[in-house]
Amino acid sequence: MNREELVLERIERARRSRPRLREELVTLAHGAGGKASRTLVEAVFLPSFRNPHLEPLADGAVLDLHPGTAPPDGEAPDGGAQNGGGLDGEAAHGRAPDGVSLDVGEPVGGGAGGPATTGGLAFTTDSYVVTPLFFPGGDIGDLAVNGTVNDLAMCGARPAHLSAAFIIEEGFPVEHLRRIATTMAGAARAAGVTIVTGDTKVVQRGKADGCYITTAGVGMVPSGVRLGADAVRPGDAVIVSGPIGEHGVTVMLARGRLDIEAELVSDTAPLNGLTARLLEACPDGRVRCLRDATRGGVATVLNEIARSSEVAVIITEEAVPVRPVVRGACELLGIDPLYVACEGRMVAVVAGESADAALAALRSHPLGEEAAVVGRVAEDPPGLVLLKTGFGGTRIVDVLVGDPLPRIC
Amino acid sequence: MRFVDEYRDAGMARALAARIAGLCEPGRAYKFMEVCGGHTHTIYKHGLEDYLPEGISLVHGPGCPVCVIPMGRVDDAIAIAAQPGVIMATFGDMMRVPGGNGSFLDAMARGADVRMVYSPLDALKIARDNPDKRVVFLAIGFETTAPSTAMTIMRAASEGIANFSVFCNHVTIIPAIKAILDSPGLRLDGFIGPGHVSTVIGCRPYEFIPGEYGKPIVVAGFEPLDVLQAVHRNLLQLAEGRAEVENEYGRVVPWNGNPKALAVINEVMELRPHFEWRGLGFISDSALCLRERYAEFDAERIFQVPGARVADPKACQCGEVLKGVLKPWECKVFGTACTPETPIGTCMVSSEGACAAYYNFGRFSRDRVKEATRT
Repeated sequence: MNREELVLERIERARRSRPRLREELVTLAHGAGGKASRTLVEAVFLPSFRNPHLEPLADGAVLDLHPGTAPPDGEAPDGGAQNGGGLDGEAAHGRAPDGVSLDVGEPVGGGAGGPATTGGLAFTTDSYVVTPLFFPGGDIGDLAVNGTVNDLAMCGARPAHLSAAFIIEEGFPVEHLRRIATTMAGAARAAGVTIVTGDTKVVQRGKADGCYITTAGVGMVPSGVRLGADAVRPGDAVIVSGPIGEHGVTVMLARGRLDIEAELVSDTAPLNGLTARLLEACPDGRVRCLRDATRGGVATVLNEIARSSEVAVIITEEAVPVRPVVRGACELLGIDPLYVACEGRMVAVVAGESADAALAALRSHPLGEEAAVVGRVAEDPPGLVLLKTGFGGTRIVDVLVGDPLPRIC
Repeated sequence: MRFVDEYRDAGMARALAARIAGLCEPGRAYKFMEVCGGHTHTIYKHGLEDYLPEGISLVHGPGCPVCVIPMGRVDDAIAIAAQPGVIMATFGDMMRVPGGNGSFLDAMARGADVRMVYSPLDALKIARDNPDKRVVFLAIGFETTAPSTAMTIMRAASEGIANFSVFCNHVTIIPAIKAILDSPGLRLDGFIGPGHVSTVIGCRPYEFIPGEYGKPIVVAGFEPLDVLQAVHRNLLQLAEGRAEVENEYGRVVPWNGNPKALAVINEVMELRPHFEWRGLGFISDSALCLRERYAEFDAERIFQVPGARVADPKACQCGEVLKGVLKPWECKVFGTACTPETPIGTCMVSSEGACAAYYNFGRFSRDRVKEATRT
């Protein structure tokens, strides 16, 4: 091993050690979804909340509601229906999503949790702070529903019910709120979910930026489905479900500060139809991992997979679908589409021999018509994502420290 | 995409690589410095080194505007930003640059109002929109960006926008190249000349490089084929025993530069007697400040700043990296104490910084990866 390789190995060791949170104040970088965000979560929240379900820090947790571990009255913990007012309707109160009627016959694999899941109740939550609230192709309401639906779908679950909590700034037009609610209703209908509980809070002018939404969701994972960022193996194929980066670039341009005009709309969409079709076409564990490429984009997702599964992910730049208008805008802004958020695209890793079947299944769905195999999984060097560039060279694709485009979801 | 894809063509790259290999004398080690951080970024982003024979190494130069800002100036800028009623506007690259007491991101968390802009005109707009605030544009960059700063100041003057000022950190490229050529311990065979700067200053100012130092320089664009072509033309000069200024970037760079842009700089700015460069120390006549007649827009005259010289952290070897004496990974703290998350030196911050480029794109063993990517 030469000197450079020794240095590289030392760096890899340093990267694997748990990062320390050095800052005394939270900075914007901590919210960007990259390394700084992870450090904040690992340094502050994980030590306090630590449990096997949380530990993998996945998009959602898959819970095994065995008798004795389920909440006694069937109400979801912290069910959000106690504060009264706002959306806390009587109809929702006391009736936890799916309650005890859930089919939870099959135990969750491995007491130590791990992100891999084998049937159970998928549970997830996400907050939405996008600016502007309305953008071509959707608004914050679409994101709030689709984002949480997709987090459930990525667990392999069939999304069923959502909660919605609103933090609204004093002076916010009711008309806008109506518009957002209408959008959310439409998005829920399209995804086949219902919004069953919620909350509203109003804060003083200047204490929030218009409107923030938090949604949580539950859904059932069919037995036999076992997905996880740690379940990927050498020889697997890496698939992207459609052209990347459209949501992020759309929102960036919608802010109107760049004087770039482009015919582009957000890709926000519910992916549960697509995942259901894929899981059906490639049963019995042949789908290893699903991840929606939101904050941090495809690059961040691939890095999570490479790290969790201790494999190398090797991507071919030319195979990654990117629309010319997104490429052009990214080129002008000096950002890489691989890092730009999508709200309706996912990365699927499937067994190598199932790549064709997976691709066919995805392409048979309107949201997956432009799905493409973008790379493969190899053994060495573990933990790294490598890109064969269009130019014919090789480089690393790492996780960004901060988001190049803040507050896009 | 037109005007981009044709400069990233793998077939042409292979053909050029074969010609490059053919020009290398067996056993000879060649070192070419790409002066500009934009080139460093291109080299790593496209994996260009895969095309170069073992005998050729590319040495990263000082042309990264963020990287050469000394810590003391960062502290001064943060001190201005922290004053009441001030909005500081700057390019995104500056946000994470560490000063003696944290970065702009930290200052923002403490309450400073710092806005990211894409152009100095955006900063002027902020000033127009916030007449009760004092808006300061933190100007950085070589002659490439100095004209737009100067233009903005002229516009502020003509519109009478009194709440706008500029904290000027513009530097000039030629003294930095001279400093590199005069620094001991560095043997270079030629230069890949900066493209963007040359759109303003043209190619003539480089004539001293072949003239006084006997080295070739090829001004190049920022697509990977541009850089590969510049390496090829450097080798060709060496093989033919020539040392000249050549312009590979003729599609953008006029031989005489942009006289109008130079005139605008000259109208608003003048040379400082000396300026500190990170890693290179004080260099005479190497930076620009506002002329007396634009004093009312000069943040250095409006605001009290500490103005202290802050020594780089002992462990940081940015200076050696900027001079091309050390490769990024040869720095003692590279990738362990100094990472893009917790940068100690500026080279690890900017996307044009050699350390950041190597860490983000090139941090792997080429031999092992060749094996892995073989299909």
